[in-house]
Amino acid sequence: MTLIDLANPTRFLALTARVLPWLAGATVILLAVGLYQSALAPDDYQQGATVKIMFIHVPNAWLSMFVWGVMSIASLGTLVWRHPLADVAAKAAAPIGAAFTFLALLTGSLWGRPMWGTYWEWDARLTSVLILFLMYLGLMALWRAVDDPSRAARAAAVLTLVGAINLPIIKFSVDWWNTLHQPASVMRMGGSTLDKSFLIPLLVMAIAFTLLFATLHIAAMRNEILRRRVRSLQMMQASRVAFSSESSAGSRAENASNEAGAA
Amino acid sequence: MSLGPYASFIVTSYAAAALVVAILIGWIVLDYRSQTQRLRELDRSGITRRSGRSAIDTP
Repeated sequence: MTLIDLANPTRFLALTARVLPWLAGATVILLAVGLYQSALAPDDYQQGATVKIMFIHVPNAWLSMFVWGVMSIASLGTLVWRHPLADVAAKAAAPIGAAFTFLALLTGSLWGRPMWGTYWEWDARLTSVLILFLMYLGLMALWRAVDDPSRAARAAAVLTLVGAINLPIIKFSVDWWNTLHQPASVMRMGGSTLDKSFLIPLLVMAIAFTLLFATLHIAAMRNEILRRRVRSLQMMQASRVAFSSESSAGSRAENASNEAGAA
Repeated sequence: MSLGPYASFIVTSYAAAALVVAILIGWIVLDYRSQTQRLRELDRSGITRRSGRSAIDTP
């Protein structure tokens, strides 16, 4: 099966049936390993055990931006190549991205209270992630608000690409502005500043959550393809009913005119 | 494993993540069941795809 074959939704459905069990299995195993390593990670010399929130907060924060990146690439597919699965991919990813962003905000807030003394601060990093969360919700509302799927797809694709400008703002907000949030400590020039005892569980959890996203996304794409199939079949059913009622009305009128002619 | 004085914050973080992921999985599983059920109903009422395949067919 070549990549171009995946443009066919039916072939994509066949692929999901084969791939999903393996992806789900790998996700469960990696999550179990990551959680075990997170539980065994030592306390931080300043933060104590609250550093364990990092193993759940950072993967969600990373995925909140990664999912929007995936949706942006899919939006290019919708606008430039009109790929049949591009809008399906973007639409299926939005609720999952919103959930990860919500978790990033919630766990960050729960980490912030003991470390910063506050659940929330209107600084650049926190505010830009909140805007990302609101954009996810807006995008989901847009898909629901427009009845015609192709019009909704184009409008959502434009909004997604415009919203992608928020990603570098989130990433570099801690460098550009004076924020309460700490600067990057994993993906930075000069390498990670984290000790291996924290870095390894964090990377395992990040990979596990990325696999979790891949599993949920493919399953949600399968559902969206089926939903569109249901919609097109229901429209076919409705047009058949309309055609048969029109033709029976037409034959009744013809019979009536024949009877009138005979009389 | 001692979680120290802020154990409630740590436990709440992990519990919230588990709950949200469980809701996501549940929503996706229920949505799949709902769509396949609707496709079966359409199939039973004789509505087939333009290709002539059954509504619930995958190759």
